[in-house]
Amino acid sequence: MNTFIQFLITGLRLGSVYALIALGYTMVYGIIKLINFAHGDFIMVGGYALFFCIPVMLGLGLPGWLAVVPAIVICACVGMLVELLAYRPVRKTGNSLTCLITAIAMSFVLENLAQAIPAIGPDPKVPYTLFAETVSIGGVSVSYATIITVVVSAVIMAALYGFTQKTRIGCAMRCVAEDKAAATLMGINVNHTILLTFGIGAGLAAVAALMYVAQYPKVFTTMGATLGIYAFVAAVLGGIGSLPGAVLGGLVIGVVQSGANTYICSSMSDTFVYLILIVVLMIRPAGILGKNVGEKV
Amino acid sequence: MREKNTPILETRKLGISFGGLHAVQDFNLQMYPGELVGLIGPNGAGKTTVFNLLTGVYVPTEGTVLLDGVPLNGKKTYQFVEAGIARTFQNIRLFHDMTVIENVKAACGRDTRYNLLDAVFRTPRFWSAERAVTEKAMELLSICGLEDSADVLASSLPYGRQRKLEIARALATDMKVLLLDEPAAGMNPTETAELLSCIHAIRDRFGVAILLIEHDMSLVMNICQRIQVIDYGQAIAAGLPEEIARDPKVIAAYLGE
Amino acid sequence: MKQNTYRRRYLINFAALLALFAAAVVIGMIGGSTVKLKLTPSIWQCSYLIIMAASLNLVLGFLGQLSLGHCGFMAVGAYAAALFSLALQRAGFYTEKAGPAFFLVLVGSILIAGLAAALLGLLVGIPALRLKGDYLAIITLGFGMIIVNIINNLPFCGQQGLGQGSASSALYATGLGFSNDEKMRYLWVSVLAVILCMTVMFLFVRSKYGRCIRAIRDNEIAASASGIHVSYYKVLTFTLSAFFAGITGALYACCNGALSTSSFAFTNGSILNSVFIVVMVVVGGMGSLTGSVIAAVVLFLLNYTIKNGGWVAALPAFLQNIFTYPMLVYSIALIIVILFRPRGIMGSREFALCDVPKWPGWIRTHFTSRADSAGKGADTHA
Repeated sequence: MNTFIQFLITGLRLGSVYALIALGYTMVYGIIKLINFAHGDFIMVGGYALFFCIPVMLGLGLPGWLAVVPAIVICACVGMLVELLAYRPVRKTGNSLTCLITAIAMSFVLENLAQAIPAIGPDPKVPYTLFAETVSIGGVSVSYATIITVVVSAVIMAALYGFTQKTRIGCAMRCVAEDKAAATLMGINVNHTILLTFGIGAGLAAVAALMYVAQYPKVFTTMGATLGIYAFVAAVLGGIGSLPGAVLGGLVIGVVQSGANTYICSSMSDTFVYLILIVVLMIRPAGILGKNVGEKV
Repeated sequence: MREKNTPILETRKLGISFGGLHAVQDFNLQMYPGELVGLIGPNGAGKTTVFNLLTGVYVPTEGTVLLDGVPLNGKKTYQFVEAGIARTFQNIRLFHDMTVIENVKAACGRDTRYNLLDAVFRTPRFWSAERAVTEKAMELLSICGLEDSADVLASSLPYGRQRKLEIARALATDMKVLLLDEPAAGMNPTETAELLSCIHAIRDRFGVAILLIEHDMSLVMNICQRIQVIDYGQAIAAGLPEEIARDPKVIAAYLGE
Repeated sequence: MKQNTYRRRYLINFAALLALFAAAVVIGMIGGSTVKLKLTPSIWQCSYLIIMAASLNLVLGFLGQLSLGHCGFMAVGAYAAALFSLALQRAGFYTEKAGPAFFLVLVGSILIAGLAAALLGLLVGIPALRLKGDYLAIITLGFGMIIVNIINNLPFCGQQGLGQGSASSALYATGLGFSNDEKMRYLWVSVLAVILCMTVMFLFVRSKYGRCIRAIRDNEIAASASGIHVSYYKVLTFTLSAFFAGITGALYACCNGALSTSSFAFTNGSILNSVFIVVMVVVGGMGSLTGSVIAAVVLFLLNYTIKNGGWVAALPAFLQNIFTYPMLVYSIALIIVILFRPRGIMGSREFALCDVPKWPGWIRTHFTSRADSAGKGADTHA
C-alpha cells in the first residue's frame, strides 16, 4: 500500500512539473501552430538563472525562492528573443515544416551555446536546496517541494485559463490563434500578441525550473532536452492547444512513468511513455482533449 | 455510345449530416453521357458538399452514389477516381512545386501500370508507359491551351490558366463524369469565354457527363442542358435553364423570402 | 524529352559512376598510410551519411513528411547486421575477415540490415502515416525512442553488447567491426553501396513514384482526387527510406568497433543523430538527392576539419570555444539556410553532369535575377 501511495505521489510530482512545461508548449502551439522544441531549453535557462540568483537573494536576506522572479524575467526575455531572431523571420519566408525544423535547430543552439559559455560550461551544477522539509501523510513522507509543485501547477493552470478567457489580451490571443488575418483587421497587433505568448510561455518555464530544481537539485545544459520531450509528449497526449489537456497529459505521463519505474522496470519507462502516446494518437489523433480540425475541401 | 436510358452517374437519397446539421439531404441526381448539368444554389447551400460526397471526400450518412449502375459505397477518394469520377476544386489545388506537365502526368495513374522493379530497371514497359503518358499529357494540355507552358512550374501560371490546368489534370484520369467546382470564379470575361469553349470541346471529344457548380448565371444558362438547384442541402428545383429562371422557389431562394 | 536524350544522360552518369567506383578500387589497392588512416575511414563515414541523408530526403523532401526517428531504423539495421554476422561466425561459416565466405557474410548482413529496417518501417509506417505534420513528427520521434529503448533492453544486444562482454569486443569478434586495414580492403564495398543506393533512389524519384509522392507533398487532397492512393505511396516511400537507413546501419556497424544505442538517439553529442540527418537534408535541399550528397560530404568535411584541422586553433578563444560544440555551428547554419533559402541550398534542383556545359549561362541568370526561388517556399503558411 505504501509503495502504491509513494508511486502515486511521485507520479503526481513528476506530472505536475511536466504539466507546467506542457502549458508553455500548448500556449505557443495554440497561437502559431508551432511545436516550440526550444521550450525545453527555456527550462535549462531558468535553471541556470535560479542557480545564479538564489545566492543573490539569500545574500539580500530574502527567501531563496524569490529568485524565481528574476528567472522569469530572464526566461521571458530569452523566449521573446528566440521568437524575434528566428521564428518570426522564418514564419515570413517558410512553411510549417521549415518552422518546425527551425525550432529544433533553436533548441540545439540554446543547449550548445550554454555549454560554450564559460560561466555555465558543460558540467552539472548543484543549486541551493529549496523546500527540503518533509511532512508525513498516512505514513508516507512527502516533501514540501512536492506539495508546492502540485499546488502551484493547479493555481497557474487556473490563472492561465482565466487569463485567456477573461482578459482583453487573452481574448486577443485566442483571436490570433483562430485567424491571424482577421485578427489584424480587427486592430490586434498579431506580432505583439505572439511575442507576449512566447514571453508568458517562457516565464512558465522558469517556474517549472524552480519546481524541478527543488526536487532534483542539479542543473545541466541538456536538462531541458529530455524534460522538454516528456512535457511535449504530455502536451500532445492531452491535446496540444488545450490548457486543461496539457495538465491532464502531464499527470498521465508522470503517473505512467512512475508506475513503470515502480512496478515494471525503470529502463523500459521510456517505451511505456511513448507507447501511451502512440496508442492515444491512433485512437484520438488530436489528443485526449484536442479538437480535430480537418482541412476544408 | 451507350443507351440514353442508363444514367452514367446516379445518386439515390444521398445525404450527410455533421452532428445534427443536415448539410445535404435526400439529393437525387441522374446524369447521362455527354450531358452538361449545372448545380446552382445560394452560398452555403451545400453544393461543394455534394461534390465531396460524389468524390468520396465525405462519407455519406445516407443514400448511395452509383456510377454506371455500380454503387460506390465505402470506397476511398482514389477509388472514386479510378471508377471514373474526377473533379476540380473551388480553391485551386495544384501541385504547385511541379511543372505543368508533371501535374497532368501525376494524374495518369491508369496509364502507368508499371511496378517498382520496372522503374528501377527501366524496363521497356517503363519506357513505353512513360512515352505514352507524355504524349497524352501534351495532348490534354493542348486541349486546354497550355501546351506552351508545359515545363514551367504550376505555381507560376496566371490564375485563369491554373484553373485550366486543374481541368487538364482531371481529364488525365480518363473519367466518365467530370465535376467542375466554380471553374470560372475570378476569371475575366475573355478567360470565361475561353473556358466555355474548352468545356464544350471536352464534352464533344470525350463524351463525358459534366456537372458544373457556377455562380456566373449567364455561363450556366448558356451551356447547361439541365440545372439542379439546391438550398439548405435540399434539391428545390430541377429542369431546363429557362424553367429554372422562372421558378418562383429558385427566385425566392436567391432573393430571400 | 526524347528517349535519346535520356540515353545520353544515362551513359554520362554511368560512366561517371564507373569512374568513381574504379577510383575507389584503385585507392583501396594502392594504400599508403595517409589513405589508410585518414581517407578510408572518412569515405566510410561519408558513405553512410550520404545514404542516410538521401533516404531521409525521400520522406522529408519528396513526400513532405517530417520523420524524427530515422536513426531508429539505422539502429535496427546496425544491430541486425551485427547479429547476423555473429550468428554465422558462431555457426562456423567463417573464421577470418577475408575470403569469399566473409564477403558473402558482408553482403548478406547489408541486405539483412536493409530488410529488417524495411520491415520495421512498414510496421511503423502503417499506423504512423495516418497522422500528418507535427503529429507525424512526434509519433516518429516516439517510435524512434521506443526502438532504441527496446534494443537497449534486449538481453542479446543490450548495452552489455551482443550477449558477451563489452559491445566493442563482441563486434570486433563478429567481423563487422573493421580495422583500418579491412576498411581499406573493402573500401569499394562502401562506395558501391553508395552508388547502388543513390541510383535506385534516383530511378525511384524519376518515375511515376516520384511524381506521385511529390504530388502528395504539394497537395494531399488534390493527389487523392487525381486517383493517387495516398496512404499506399506514403507507406511505400517510408518503407523504402527505412530500407536504405537500415543499409547505412550495416555500413555503420562495419566501420565502428562498438555499437551502442546512444549513437542512434534523437540527440547526442556526436554528429550522428536524427537531428543532424535533418540538418543535412535541409541544408542540401529538400527534394534534391544530389543536394543531400553534397550536404553530407560538406558537413562531414566541416566536422572533420573542426575536429582535426588546425584552423580552429588559429581563431580567437571565444570562437574556439564555440567550435568545441559543433552542433552549435550546424544548428546556426541550419537556421541561416532556412532563413535565406527556405528550400535548402539546391532547392529541388538536381546536379546533373550533362548540365555542366550550361553552367556559365545559368550562373549569369541566377545572379542577375535573385528573385528566383524567394516566393517558392512561402506557400502553405496561412
